[in-house]
Amino acid sequence: MKTFKLLLAIIIITSSFFSCSDDNDDVIMDENPLAEFTMLTTLTANSHAIEIYAEQDQFTVGYNELSLRIKDNDTNSYISGAEVSWMPLMHMAEMQHSCPRSSVLQGGDDAVYTGFVIFQMAGNETEYWEMTINYTIGGVEYSASKELEVNMPSDNKRRVNVFTGSDDSRYILAMMPMEPEVAVNDFSAMLYKMDSMKAFSPVRDYGILIDPRMPSMGNHTSPNNVDLTYDEVSTMYTGKLSLTMTGYWVVNLQVLNATSEVLKGEEVTDENEASSLFFEMEF
Amino acid sequence: MRIVIGGGSHCQMPTFQKRFPYSIGILFYALFMAIGYSQDVKVETISDSILLINLGEVIVISSFNKALEHNAQNKPLSTLDEYLESSSVVNMIKRGAYAWEPVLNDMSSERLSVTIDGMRVFGACTDKMDPVTSYVDVSNLSEAHVTSGQQGAEQGSTIGGAIDLKLEKSNFKPKGWYGSVEAGGESSNAARIFGGELNYSNSEFYLDTDIIYRKADNYTAGGGGEIEYSQFEKYNVSANVGFRVSDDRKLTATFIFDEARDVGYPALPMDVSLAQAYIGSVGWFQDTLFGSFTDWETKLYANKVTHVMDDSKRPDVPIRMDMPGWSDTYGYFSRVNLRQGAHRLLLKLDGYYNRSLAEMTMYPNDPDESPMFMLTWPDIRTLNSAIYAEDVIDFKGSSLKLSTRLAVQNSNVADEFGLSSLRIFYPDMSRHKTRFLKSVALQYNTDMGAYQFNGGISYGDRAPSVSEAFGFYLFNSFDNHDYIGNPNLENEKALEANAKISFKDEKLTIDLEGNYFYMIDYIIGEVDPTLSAMTIGADGVKIYKNLDHAHLYNISCNAEYDILPELKWTGVLTYHRGVDGDGRNLPFISPLAYGSSIRYVDGKFSGSISMRGAGKQVDYNPDFGEDQTDAYTVFSLSLGRTFSINSNELYLKLGVENVFDEYYSTYTDWKNIPRMGRNFFMTVSYSIN
Repeated sequence: MKTFKLLLAIIIITSSFFSCSDDNDDVIMDENPLAEFTMLTTLTANSHAIEIYAEQDQFTVGYNELSLRIKDNDTNSYISGAEVSWMPLMHMAEMQHSCPRSSVLQGGDDAVYTGFVIFQMAGNETEYWEMTINYTIGGVEYSASKELEVNMPSDNKRRVNVFTGSDDSRYILAMMPMEPEVAVNDFSAMLYKMDSMKAFSPVRDYGILIDPRMPSMGNHTSPNNVDLTYDEVSTMYTGKLSLTMTGYWVVNLQVLNATSEVLKGEEVTDENEASSLFFEMEF
Repeated sequence: MRIVIGGGSHCQMPTFQKRFPYSIGILFYALFMAIGYSQDVKVETISDSILLINLGEVIVISSFNKALEHNAQNKPLSTLDEYLESSSVVNMIKRGAYAWEPVLNDMSSERLSVTIDGMRVFGACTDKMDPVTSYVDVSNLSEAHVTSGQQGAEQGSTIGGAIDLKLEKSNFKPKGWYGSVEAGGESSNAARIFGGELNYSNSEFYLDTDIIYRKADNYTAGGGGEIEYSQFEKYNVSANVGFRVSDDRKLTATFIFDEARDVGYPALPMDVSLAQAYIGSVGWFQDTLFGSFTDWETKLYANKVTHVMDDSKRPDVPIRMDMPGWSDTYGYFSRVNLRQGAHRLLLKLDGYYNRSLAEMTMYPNDPDESPMFMLTWPDIRTLNSAIYAEDVIDFKGSSLKLSTRLAVQNSNVADEFGLSSLRIFYPDMSRHKTRFLKSVALQYNTDMGAYQFNGGISYGDRAPSVSEAFGFYLFNSFDNHDYIGNPNLENEKALEANAKISFKDEKLTIDLEGNYFYMIDYIIGEVDPTLSAMTIGADGVKIYKNLDHAHLYNISCNAEYDILPELKWTGVLTYHRGVDGDGRNLPFISPLAYGSSIRYVDGKFSGSISMRGAGKQVDYNPDFGEDQTDAYTVFSLSLGRTFSINSNELYLKLGVENVFDEYYSTYTDWKNIPRMGRNFFMTVSYSIN
């Protein structure tokens, strides 16, 4: 960690030195490709340090896009071409379960591996998340584990729903990160089915109805929202979310199966102010 | 010495807003200093002749020592709104005791062109709580020129007509120092009115200054109920200055500062904590131009309006909110006359640039929740450039007036946030929009001895107003709906026909007048049931739409009879009707209305008994928030007397309005807020010549 910081400092100083000079050619690009990200934790084992980075500054309940690098502590270099997989595990009093996550892939040749994890709950004093990373370098398998601190989003707003559908399956529905604006926003979510305590599979071709509301404004809603439908390319449910003003919005949800039967969520009406499934945002 | 005093008080003007009591003191001090230097010059009566051919009306506002007609006004220090309402052609929509909205030919703000000395000013309130007329006062004005339909196109693109408020100017009359002080009071709302003017004028230079201050508490309706939130306080200062550069060249400048605070709007859920305007202009006048052109007048102007709505005085509101609005306008016009044989030509170029911005911030009852913000007018920049031309052709005993206005109007949604907001409703909306506005009119006038006929036909159109095109969740408490603008609106167009027959003999004058507007693409808000109201408690959302067509009819009959040379009777009867293409009644159309008065003027004494009223409203439309308004008749009395003190004059006027304390409201009263009950008033004016 200290060496990393030192290295970072050196890189920054040299890069600023170079950028001040007239010489505007190359050189500097050996710097940290994750410099704009926050390093959330480091797993140390097997003389490797696995650094996990994210755009946000904490592991958050909901969707987390993570990047990681494996540093060989002996050579002080980052390892390219490893095969990496991960297993986040929630240790509860009665049971253990994992959460939806992607596979981990190396993007490009800069020794950075990326993927996402959808934490469906926060840790607390007695229950905690543990991240295990299994990786193979040159045919040798390694494993590293570390406890993670997973917190609610800083604004404490709900971005993930865990529910049992009318088909008795367990689902996890997570909102993709967004910067809401008073506009028609691109809006997307991921839906996973819980096949077992540790296996989650993405659900295709369902539907997600959205109904944004402002509880403080007499449950005002906005026009021209587009319900979320499955998009093959991004493997997400995508749609449009209109927000007519800043403030606190609740996006009420209904999840439909492939035959358009409601699995969970209720329509918002004069009598029913909110659905049991919802996302929240405030801006 | 005189100039020092004059200059001194002039320089105080801009600071009036901050040090009002000081300033008023200084002004009055200057005024009384000036008495000693006043010159003995006879008062000239301003006789602004208007072309007979213009259908319309001149409402004289000028202070009593400038125009004898002033005596005719029942209540000399009444608000400008009351002056306008006293005219038979103008109605006023009321949301409270202050800042009424003029209605002409069943049409209000966006369909009218309201100007101050030809200057375009646009209110800064999204809810029409600050019509242009609220930013001047009777102390500034000599008269209001009201022209109907396309006859008002000289002032700007219009459908219903134009109201041009003429500023009062000494205009190089050789009067030296003169001035007046006025004070008035009213019983129903404990109104206190103080005003004064101080002027210096000679053939080379003039400087006019005036000030007026009004403060009123809640008024009392007929039968004794107090109308909460009907108070207001305002003051207005203005200065006009003119230099004669050479025999036929004059340079003029005007400045008006108007500020109202703590204005209650009993019919609305919010009040106003500040309504403020700076209005200024510089003008150049030349008797001739290029030899044959005459009366070349050019004016550059700028004005800045700030309007802040406020609900902090209301104990129970569903949600607290701030709603400030700003409207800045920069413009010019240049006009010139040309006389060639039987032709009298007027050419005018004009243009303005307006910036309208309004926002709303709502504070949730849960203090931990973020405030909710929206742009209700998303910084709309409007650039309008136009040319106007008219030709009055004299025949023997008759004349024909041809006129046209062509304008290009460009609007630009300057604010990105606002544009994104509107694109929620109109995803393909472009930031810029250009509209072409056209007006052509033909008006014929003929004199047949005792009878006179005046008639015309015209076509005109107008661009949608900022609210109509770009408004974002503007709450209308009248029909309890939120309104969304529609940038895709077509221009509203009107085909108009008008006719007037007048009879006049030595004692009797009768005018019978009517007009008809065939409105194409009439703009009005229609409920969109798919939309959800934003305002808590609102019934729904309306979107501005073009109705295929609509019809507006206005008929009036005026009569005047001189019973004795000193005793005059007047009567007026008006009928209005407005329906859309499906036969639905349009809102804010007057029921049958009438008025009558007997006035006695004998030298220095005057007295009047007047009556006005309306029949039961038959044609109304609940879809637009209207309910049936009952018939009413109210009576007023007034007595006036002029006293001469040396060369100065003291004018005293006493009167009572709504003598029988009738509880009533009219079709123009927002949410049926009752009008003022019995109201005694008194005005004292002292003029120093």
